[in-house]
Amino acid sequence: MMKQLQGMPAPLRLLASLAAAAVLAAPLAVRASESEARLESAPIDVRDVASLQSGARTFVNYCLNCHSASLMRYNRLRDLDLTDRQIVDNLMFSATKVGEMMNIAMTRKDAAAWFGPAPDLSVIARSRGADWLWSYMRGFYRDPKSPTGWNNTVFPGVGMPNVLWQMQGQRVLKEEVEKDASGREVKDEHGGVAKATKFETVVPGTLAPPEFDAQVRDLVNFMTWMADPHQVLRKQVGVWVLFFLAVLVALSYALYKEYWKDVH
Amino acid sequence: MSDKPEVNTRRRNILIATGCAGGVAGVATVVPFVASMMPSERAKALGAPIEVDITYLAPGEMVRVEWRGQPVWILHRTKEMLADIKAEDSKVADPKSERKPDELTPEYARNEYRSRKPEYLVVVGICTHLGCSPTDRLKAEPEPFDPDWKGGFYCPCHGSLFDLAGRVYKNKPAPDNLRVPPYTYLTDSKLLIGEDKKA
Amino acid sequence: MAATEKLPVTGAGPFNAVLTWIDQRFPLVSTWKEHLAEYYAPRNFNFWYYFGSLALLVLVIQIVTGIFLTMNYKPDASLAFASVEFIMREVPWGWLVRYMHSTGASAFFICVYLHMFRGLLYGSYRKPRELLWIFGMFIFLCLMAEAFFGYLLPWGQMSYWGAQVIVNLFAAIPFIGPDLAIWIRGDYVISDATLNRFFAFHVIAIPLVLLGLVAVHLLALHEVGSNNPDGIEIKKNKDPKTGIPLDGIPFHPYYTVKDIFGVSVFLLVFAVIVFFAPEVGGYFLEYNNFIPADPLKTPQHIAPVWYFTPYYSILRANTVNFFWVDAKVWGVIAMGVSVMIFFLLPWLDRSPAKSIRYRGPIYKAALAVFVVCFLILGYLGTETVTEGRTLMAQVCTVVYFLFFILMPWYTAIDKCKPEPERVTK
Repeated sequence: MMKQLQGMPAPLRLLASLAAAAVLAAPLAVRASESEARLESAPIDVRDVASLQSGARTFVNYCLNCHSASLMRYNRLRDLDLTDRQIVDNLMFSATKVGEMMNIAMTRKDAAAWFGPAPDLSVIARSRGADWLWSYMRGFYRDPKSPTGWNNTVFPGVGMPNVLWQMQGQRVLKEEVEKDASGREVKDEHGGVAKATKFETVVPGTLAPPEFDAQVRDLVNFMTWMADPHQVLRKQVGVWVLFFLAVLVALSYALYKEYWKDVH
Repeated sequence: MSDKPEVNTRRRNILIATGCAGGVAGVATVVPFVASMMPSERAKALGAPIEVDITYLAPGEMVRVEWRGQPVWILHRTKEMLADIKAEDSKVADPKSERKPDELTPEYARNEYRSRKPEYLVVVGICTHLGCSPTDRLKAEPEPFDPDWKGGFYCPCHGSLFDLAGRVYKNKPAPDNLRVPPYTYLTDSKLLIGEDKKA
Repeated sequence: MAATEKLPVTGAGPFNAVLTWIDQRFPLVSTWKEHLAEYYAPRNFNFWYYFGSLALLVLVIQIVTGIFLTMNYKPDASLAFASVEFIMREVPWGWLVRYMHSTGASAFFICVYLHMFRGLLYGSYRKPRELLWIFGMFIFLCLMAEAFFGYLLPWGQMSYWGAQVIVNLFAAIPFIGPDLAIWIRGDYVISDATLNRFFAFHVIAIPLVLLGLVAVHLLALHEVGSNNPDGIEIKKNKDPKTGIPLDGIPFHPYYTVKDIFGVSVFLLVFAVIVFFAPEVGGYFLEYNNFIPADPLKTPQHIAPVWYFTPYYSILRANTVNFFWVDAKVWGVIAMGVSVMIFFLLPWLDRSPAKSIRYRGPIYKAALAVFVVCFLILGYLGTETVTEGRTLMAQVCTVVYFLFFILMPWYTAIDKCKPEPERVTK
């Protein structure tokens, strides 16, 4: 194709590079998000089986009370190096057979009546993204004005309470005047004083922040894995496929050149 | 003297190599598609073995469960029932379950009571004639179809009769004994229907 | 011609007998010769000439993967979303079939857009290939319809609301609009009825039409012979003894072998996407479509899939009510015309030279500007509406139409270079 580019007249070359620039500059398609909150990058690794197991435990204990993951079969957890016995004994509370789906403990109607409809979480990591989930689960703070007593910096006005509050503790949001390195107040774009929002812990939780973050990281990791359980296998297969196709490209090129010797 | 045209070996070799690679690519592509038609996880889960608790199954009682869409009967046989089975040996078509053993009678059921333990009969409740589900006539009392009835199963569709070991009586429309499904004892009071060996 | 008059097949080794038997009852050898072994194509096909055969490959991929998806997909509003996830998770290798189909849909448009661009570069729509171009444009229309119908099937938020928006466009047509929209939907809103009929269109109706159109597209091509990057007709210079164009080479084996190479490169890129990045940042598989359709909740940001965004931009750019006609209706008209105007290209282009290599500077500039505008419109279609963006879209829309409307004038006055007698390499 480079030869084509050189062979092209100047305007077309310009156009080709403009096209490339436009494509590269286009921002990624917007993920579903309720706000424009800045998201932190989730430090997850879906190949970390220990983390996924821990996340599965958190998920089943804290999330399945109100949410369902009705497209996720319990026995798929075998992919996390768990035996059926381990799954049944440690991870199943509202199902009896390991072949069942992760349905909610409550009925949907009850759930809707008590909390408003809680979305199914099977593929939420694909619609919201891991970064959103990571930031969201760590973005709760106490808000006396909300019906649940909780609010969230990533999803303001959310109907979900902070389910992990006992481990995280209780925090409030404090607006602080932003100060730069030398201690002077920073001005915002309108000339006023810039304010930053910060969390302040009022009641400590059972876990120190790094431990709590680890727990949430494992939970988000699990949900990312659960949304696309074949992702690790897919890449492993992909490596072999690419290797093989590279061989095919080389061979078919040699064949092409060999026949085209006749043409000139 | 032969006038064979010269074979372009280079061209031929590259053709063969590419052809083989392409063939492998073709096979590798077809395999996942063919495999996708195998039973899905849902089908495997629905067809999975089921556990049955027989703690409270009293002698003479029968319980019906569903496995792979079929009715499976578990009958707790009394001592009299077991004695009656022996007595019926001459009246049934295949007393030793020799017909189609691989299909109908697994190894552990190739005995006089057609079961792992004599006290419990486990059979698939589908008549081997045309697939109706027979009714149970477990009591040894005179019946319209047999004044000398010793207990067993009667199929209402075409009148086939089976004894308390699921064996078909002679001269009945059904050709075979009732099928014994794969099963095993997890404990003395828990059966696993659908699997021969313990998981 | 009676069967006994045909010569037996030779050169096929052990298959000679079987092929002879077939050839006596079916135009096997004559078809092979006419369309492959003795179809003489220009020797100077370049990069841009890969995309026709690649588009055909993608059509086959879509049909095969589509068949396997249909084995497990449920076209029912309450089951559809879950059935797609069922395929992804529970059908052995179902994830691979699904990703091949979703990547194939976008790959189809990439190949077809590049294939059409080749036409713009080398004047492949010019006489005597106008009908070929028209068939191709019908293929393009069917492809857009096929993609539109197919996109509803996963029954995600984007599926639902995208369909809602597009069908409402039809409602904007004066007088018949609202009834027409109800007739298309089979209901007052997008619903199960709509899903089921879109399934029928997507799975069987349009694929049959597409196959027929591809067949006549190829027949029309072979009737007049292929164009080439120099835009000259190779049939003008034939060998006096054999009648074969001097610049022609038999399609088989030269272009079969070249297309096999093209296919392997394409599959490599295709595999990179399928196995390592099937979502492509949300452009091939949109994130919002992993949320089940909710008729009560519109997503904040509805955007069509990337291959429709240029036309969507043109639709949204129309914000002024002209002559008692709503801006909305002008938008629909503009969007429709922006696609249909391509049909007129063979008659709008008045240049003596076919290929861009021999055209003057005006056309080169016009084409470059057109492509840039098309890409900008495409980008704008993915973004939310702002005043600045609307203005930009309006400018680009005007330029887009001017490319066509002014073409009879600027192609006629353009200073072209003399075309060569024989092809260059």
